[in-house]
Amino acid sequence: MKMKGAAMVIAALQQEQVDLVFGFPGGTVLPLYDQLYHSGLKHILVRHEQGAVHAADGFARVTGKPGVVFATSGPGATNLVTGIATAYMDSVPLVLITGQVATRFIGTDAFQEADITGITLPVTKHNYLVKDVIDLPDILAEAFYIASTGRNGPVLVDIPKDIFDLEGPFNYDRQREIPGYKPTYEGHAGQVARAVKAIKAARRPLIFAGGGAVRSGAAGELRLLAERGRIPVSLSLMGLGAFPGDSPLFLGMPGMHGTVTANYALTEADLIIAVCVRFDDRVTGRLENFAERAEIIHIDIDPAEIGKNVTIQIPIVGDVRLVLEALLKRLEPGDTAAWLRQIEEWQVKYPLPAGNGGDGGRLKPQFVIREINRLTRGEAVIATDVGQHQMWTAQHYCFREPRTFISSGGLGTMGYGFPAALGVKLALPQRTVFCVTGDGSFQMNIQELATAVGNKIDVKVAIINNGYLGMVRQWQELFYAGRYSHTALTGNPDFARVAEAYGAKGLRASTPAEAAAALEEAMAVAGPVVIDFMVDPEENVFPMVAPNRPINEIITGGNNG
Amino acid sequence: MKHLLAVLVEDKPGVLTRVAGLFSRRGFNIENITVGETVLPGVSRMTITVEGDETVLEQVMKQLNKLINVIKISNLSHEPVVMRELMLIKVRAESQTRNEIQQIVETFRGKVVDVSLDSMIIEVTGNDEKLEAIKQLLHHFGIREIVRTGKIALLRGSKISRDQ
Ligand SMILES: Cc1ncc(C[n+]2csc(CCOP(=O)(O)OP(=O)(O)O)c2C)c(N)n1
Ligand SMILES: [Mg+2]
Repeated sequence: MKMKGAAMVIAALQQEQVDLVFGFPGGTVLPLYDQLYHSGLKHILVRHEQGAVHAADGFARVTGKPGVVFATSGPGATNLVTGIATAYMDSVPLVLITGQVATRFIGTDAFQEADITGITLPVTKHNYLVKDVIDLPDILAEAFYIASTGRNGPVLVDIPKDIFDLEGPFNYDRQREIPGYKPTYEGHAGQVARAVKAIKAARRPLIFAGGGAVRSGAAGELRLLAERGRIPVSLSLMGLGAFPGDSPLFLGMPGMHGTVTANYALTEADLIIAVCVRFDDRVTGRLENFAERAEIIHIDIDPAEIGKNVTIQIPIVGDVRLVLEALLKRLEPGDTAAWLRQIEEWQVKYPLPAGNGGDGGRLKPQFVIREINRLTRGEAVIATDVGQHQMWTAQHYCFREPRTFISSGGLGTMGYGFPAALGVKLALPQRTVFCVTGDGSFQMNIQELATAVGNKIDVKVAIINNGYLGMVRQWQELFYAGRYSHTALTGNPDFARVAEAYGAKGLRASTPAEAAAALEEAMAVAGPVVIDFMVDPEENVFPMVAPNRPINEIITGGNNG
Repeated sequence: MKHLLAVLVEDKPGVLTRVAGLFSRRGFNIENITVGETVLPGVSRMTITVEGDETVLEQVMKQLNKLINVIKISNLSHEPVVMRELMLIKVRAESQTRNEIQQIVETFRGKVVDVSLDSMIIEVTGNDEKLEAIKQLLHHFGIREIVRTGKIALLRGSKISRDQ
C-alpha cells in the first residue's frame, strides 16, 4: 500500500498497538499533526517537550511498552534531551519522533534546524535521520524493536518535513533482522551450574537486585530464590518493588542513603547474587572496599555491564527472568541460619530514623511519606523527583510490587516526577498515583499542571516543602561547614494557590494532624490535587555514607526524632 | 598495551561518528582508525588500534558490540596478521642529496613518486617499525610534510576475521 510519510508514522504506531502519544507541535511536524487529526490516536499536549518525554517514560516504566513522543525540529527537539538522557540511564524504552527541516535545507543552519541525531548520539540506544521515505517503514519498525528488546532504551527517529509529505510503499514488518543486534536471552548453562554450586556453598549470601529485575518481570522468580534459598535481599533504588518491602528477608536499599543492615550485609557477605545492577558509585561507595569478602554472581542482559565497575567471578549474560528460572530448577539451598540471625540483630539495632514529629509537633518529611503509605495501604504507584524527598520515599514507603516506584535513578533529573506521574496515571487509570516532589523539583515542570487539569489526570502531588534545595543544602551542612550557597528557595510561590490558579485543588499542611487530614481530603477528590507539606526545613536524610567512603562507614544522624 | 581490532560495520551514515564518539565518551584511547569497503555489500571494515590494559580492551569490545551498526569485532592482537600502512613523505632534495635519498628509498622498497627542483615525494609501505626507520633516516635531509593512511591488517592464511 502506498502512503505519505506522515501516514506511515501513524500506521506504524497502530501496528505497534500504541494508543497514546505525548507531544508538542511545531512547523516541521505540521504534516504529522495533520495526519493525527483524524487518526483516533490519543495525544496528550504537554506544556514543555521535556514533560512529554518524562510522561512517556513514566508510561513506559509501568507498562513495559515503549512510550512515544512527537516534537518539532530545533528547540522542540533539543527540549527533549534531558528526558532522553534520563530514559537512557534507566534503560527505559521510548520512541521519539522529531520533525527536521526539509531535506534540501539540512546543513544550511536553516530556521529551527538542530542536528538532533548528533546531539542525542550519546544518550540514545540508537537513532536515525530519515533520508528517503522508502526507508521510513523499516526504520520505524527497527526503532520499536530496538527500544523494547535487549537492554531497553530510547530510540529517536528524525524525519525531515518533506519526507512526511512524500509517498512510498508501506509494508510493516515487526520481526526485524538486524545484523549487528542479537541480544542474548538464555543464560549459559555452565555458568548457571557454577552459580548453583556457589549458592549451595555460601554461608552469607545476599541477593542484590536492580531495575532490570523489575523490567524483565522477574519479581516472582526473585522471591522464590530468596525464600527457597533463605537468602536476604537488598534492592537498589531502581529495584524497589522487585521484592516485597514487608518481607523479613528484605534489608532495604544499600549505598549512600541505604540502611545500615544492607550496607553491613554487602560488606560481610561471602556471596552476592547481583541481579541487573550497575554497581553505581552511589551504591558501592569506595570501590576498593566494596564487598571485599564476596564472590559475585552477576546476571545482566547487557554484557558490557559485567565487570564494568566491579570484578565478577561468575558472569551470566541473559534475561534475568530466564536465568533465575534456570537457577531455580537446580537450586540447593545452603545453610544460612546463622547469617539470618546476624541480619536480624542488625535490623533491630539499626532501624531507619523515623521522624515522628517529636520536637514541638513539627511536621517531619518521613512522617508524611509514612502517612501516604498508610492511607494508600502501600498500593499506590509513586513517582518521585530528585532530592531528599526521593530518598525519604525510597526509605519509608513500603513498595511491595514491581513497577510501583518510578524515579530517575541514573541521571537524577529534577523535574522528572510530576510529568512521569501523569504518564503513569494515563497508563493505569484505576491505580492511585502520587507524585512526591520537592519545592525545588516541582518548579522545574510545574507548567504540566495545565496538562493534568486539561486532561483530568488524577495525580496527587505531595510537595515536601522545606524551602531549600534540601539535598544540596544537606551536603553543604555536612561537608561545606554550613555555607548554604544558593540553596535557599526564597521567592517560592504559595503552591496551593498556584494549583488553584491552574484549576486543580490546592491544600496546605504544617502539622502532623493537618498532614493526615489533607491527605485524606486529597484522596477523596477526583482530579489533580497539590498538597504543600511545610516540613521541618533542615531535616537531613540518614543514614548516610559520605561520598567515596566504604559503605560500612555510616553516619546515622542524630536529629531525626 | 596496544590492541588491534578488526570491526565489521554496516555501511550507514554516521557509523564512523558513532564509533569515534564512543571512544572519546568512554575515555578510550584510539591510536589509529581506518575504514574501507569489504567484499560484502553494505559492510565496511574498520581497523582500530587501541591503547589500554585487558579490562579496557574488554570494555571497548563490549561497548562497540552494543552499537547497532557494529556487526562483528575480531581481536587480531594475538593472531598472525599481515599489517600495512602507507606513508607519503615530502623531503627536501637538492641535486647533491638526491642520489643518497634514492638509495635509502630503494633499501626500504619505497618509490619516488614526485620530483621537483628542491624536493621529492616518497611512497613507502610497511609496518610501524619500518615507517619509523625510514622517517628517521630521511629526517636530516629535512622532511617537509608527512601523510599516513593508518594501519590495515588481514589474518594470514585462509582464515578470515568473520570466522573468528
Ligand atoms: C536538573 C537538576 N539540576 C540540579 C540537580 C542537583 N540537585 C540534586 S537534589 C537537588 C535539590 C532538590 O531540591 P528539592 O526538589 O526541593 O528537593 P529536596 O532535596 O529539598 O527534597 C538539586 C539541586 C539535579 N539533580 N537535577
Ligand atoms: Mg526542597
